[in-house]
Amino acid sequence: MKTLADIVNTVEVSTITLTVNGRQYELEIGGHPDEVDPAHTLAHTLRETLGLTGTKVGCDGGACGACTVLMDGKPILSCMMLTVEADGKSITTIEGLGDPLNGKLDPIQQAFVDNTAFQCGFCTPGIILTAKALLDENPSPTESEVKEALAGNHCRCISHYHVVEAVMAAARNRR
Amino acid sequence: MSDEYRFIGKATPRGDALDIVTGRTKFVGDIKQYGMLYGKVLRSPHPHANIRSIDTAKAKRLRGVEAVLTHEDVPNWRGGVPAHLRVLDSKVRFVGDAVALIAARTEEIAAEARELIEVDYEVLPAVYDVVEAMKPDAPRLHAAFPGNVVPPGFPWFGPHTLQEVVIGDVEKGFEEADIVVEGACAYENFPNPLPPEPPGVIAAWEGADALTIWTASQGTFTDRTVLYYILGRKVNVRAHGVAVGGSYGSKNTAWLLIVQAAVLSLASGKPVKLCYTKEEQFAAFTLRLGSRIQARIGMKKDGTVTAISGDWLVNTGYYCAGTQGQVAVGCGEIQLVVRCPNWNLKPKVVCTNRAPSGIVRGYGGQELKCAFLPILTMALEKADLDPVEFFKNNYVKPGDGYYWRDGEWWVSNGVDYTKAIEEGAKAFGWKEKWKGWLKPTAVSGTKRIGVGVGVHGNADVGEDTSEAYVRLDPEGTATLYSSISEHGTGQRSSLCKMVAEVLQLPLERVSMTPPDSLANPYEFGTVGSRGTFAVGSAVIEATEDARRKLLELAAQKLDRPIEDLETADGVIYVRPTPEIRLPWKAVMGFDRTCLGHGRFEPNFTMPNFMMVFAEVEVDVETGQVALLRVGSATDVGQIIDPLNLENQLNGSLGSAGIDSAIFEETILDRATGRVMGGNMIDFKWRTFAELPPMQHVVLETPFPSHRFKAIGVGEITPSPGPAAVIMAISNAVGVRFYDYPITPDKILKALGKVQGRKARGGAA
Repeated sequence: MKTLADIVNTVEVSTITLTVNGRQYELEIGGHPDEVDPAHTLAHTLRETLGLTGTKVGCDGGACGACTVLMDGKPILSCMMLTVEADGKSITTIEGLGDPLNGKLDPIQQAFVDNTAFQCGFCTPGIILTAKALLDENPSPTESEVKEALAGNHCRCISHYHVVEAVMAAARNRR
Repeated sequence: MSDEYRFIGKATPRGDALDIVTGRTKFVGDIKQYGMLYGKVLRSPHPHANIRSIDTAKAKRLRGVEAVLTHEDVPNWRGGVPAHLRVLDSKVRFVGDAVALIAARTEEIAAEARELIEVDYEVLPAVYDVVEAMKPDAPRLHAAFPGNVVPPGFPWFGPHTLQEVVIGDVEKGFEEADIVVEGACAYENFPNPLPPEPPGVIAAWEGADALTIWTASQGTFTDRTVLYYILGRKVNVRAHGVAVGGSYGSKNTAWLLIVQAAVLSLASGKPVKLCYTKEEQFAAFTLRLGSRIQARIGMKKDGTVTAISGDWLVNTGYYCAGTQGQVAVGCGEIQLVVRCPNWNLKPKVVCTNRAPSGIVRGYGGQELKCAFLPILTMALEKADLDPVEFFKNNYVKPGDGYYWRDGEWWVSNGVDYTKAIEEGAKAFGWKEKWKGWLKPTAVSGTKRIGVGVGVHGNADVGEDTSEAYVRLDPEGTATLYSSISEHGTGQRSSLCKMVAEVLQLPLERVSMTPPDSLANPYEFGTVGSRGTFAVGSAVIEATEDARRKLLELAAQKLDRPIEDLETADGVIYVRPTPEIRLPWKAVMGFDRTCLGHGRFEPNFTMPNFMMVFAEVEVDVETGQVALLRVGSATDVGQIIDPLNLENQLNGSLGSAGIDSAIFEETILDRATGRVMGGNMIDFKWRTFAELPPMQHVVLETPFPSHRFKAIGVGEITPSPGPAAVIMAISNAVGVRFYDYPITPDKILKALGKVQGRKARGGAA
């Protein structure tokens, strides 16, 4: 893996490649609105440059989990990663779950619908992606494993109880 | 109860569920307007200072900057109650107060320009404590408020707004008492309601007298009305409501944010988006009110309260956004909990050099009750009375009266909550766990378990006015016109459900207009648990009106009396001969709609109710408190949607509720006036890994509210919790506490194990 110093030292490389939800983007490094500034976070690029606003920014400081996306299948905080660091990576955002063509939802999304596992819904995309990473790694988690996995996702309406039920239901339905 | 209904009482997916789980829901931050600029606020590093001079020249020269505004540039628009706070002033009153506003092509440029502004301050002494602030030599924040005391009165609630509880003769009441207790208690931790989405708005002028905003408040018409007055009564404001990423009341005090964006838009001639950062949300947006009470209570041995007197000091921070309204509702709500013929409760609202405190779920009542109940329970302890029994005897019953927020005397026409209390206590196991005052339920090594109970209620389920239209279309669909924003309660879906039930239409055939103050009739918004009864009543009336118009048309066409006609699934049929049926289209043709109108007028006769039971475990070696279990009890008449209701009941753990008893606290460094720990890592919040089991008892005793016999409860669910927890801790360790939050150091100090910090009347 490239270190940040490597990336900064090779900043003459004028484009980076991101695969987002299966689609490949060649992004130019620069200061114009459709370019990636070296200071841009991945969350910023996803939202402001690519228009994928399903990824939410809550604290912009790596503490609330709202901006969680999957990078090569692992959950990361997209507000804590510079876009240039994600060069060559494959990103999945909330828009990339399910099948956008036929509207079919991922089983986790469906379980959230069935259990009304949200209130205001601002933290929901981050929670769903964290849950997906958990179930991909551990298809039959216990309730306490679900709670532990989601401990970094802030929810203030207190939808936690329905979320845990939804993730457990999704795990059952995926089997 | 729900068997008689097709949709009401059934768990159905929320109408916006697909948008939420796929990320399509648009919050303010997700919306852009053509040519939009980004705003930033330069904030004061001093708690109190005069601005001698500001130099904005360098900032203005930065490429991409389109407006830089100081107090010298902005119109003399004033907000607050009474109107006293300028958008930008020559004086700053707390660390975080606005000094200058910037609009630029990107957020980064605006932030860079902010760094280039040079300000020369004349630093003034600051005051943070309500009692200190009222002293004659205290620094004065506003010229109009001598002694920093805000004048009473809240125009929105009418000319007689309740500003104290003065009933009967307290001296006579104290003479009749067997027990008199006196004490002080502070609920002054200023916890942050902390919605996940930071506050934000977009403002765009369309000509000199028309302003459009995209707002995350709970009421588009509230914004519209408030801005109309602030902007000099000549601007027509159109408010688009967008999805609200949590508010818990706090985003209803967003006038300043909105006007900051509006003045930048006015100066630049372009739409301006202004979204606060999380740090700004911590340091400069709505906190819970500080509440301190010095009270005296007289009681007979049997628990009959004979007199209550006291001074209630409310810390509203650097200005008053409308705290008098919260005082009014708090004064009303306390009468629902304690039956007493003699009162002399005198509130004072005081300004200090702190971040603004204002509307948070619980709206004055939670703040008053959390401070009052620990003193009341001193009397219960002396009389050796079980608090559950006391509340059961005292909570307002049908036929009992109270002065409500408008200063009028109202009489309860609701239900008796005795059964809810009994069922709740049974489910929690109260009788088995309650061992008497200051006695633990169980002791095991260093761990002591204790239980406590709190109660809250609110007649605001019927507050303010609502209007709605319902339009029926020939295709057999219905559209509800109501300016309700979705902020997490599922209210929009529940209203559609009511329409579907009245019309017997499948849920997917009922839709709703977006919240928009131009396209919809007047709607106060979803606050104070009013969605079910107040908003629901207007929606039901509009639906019934539209249905009647449709059936009148059908009656002519079929030549049958209207009484014989029914409709379901977009078809009209004749009741005695259901084979005679017409689809709506055959009645309406393709070129007609049927429009119904409904209106709700305020009705304060149906107080709702919430009791919370808490079981805690205290480690007397470390002072650590663990919340082991939470139980609740209420009666809502008729459940509209069980999952939405359960979400709201679970919400008692959030939004500066139960946990404000033990760890939620906005800590101020009094040397600098700065908020310490104003970020998501240092400010403690309960995580998924720390969820206590919760159990809710919900009864359905029909209310005389509307055809579904229901009332709302969502707003009040966090309010009884803190007082329940402080009681539980006191019982666990055998010592009383009067200063929230009960952190480990306070417990160890009370047990004589450490010196601990000196109580300084609120979060130090």
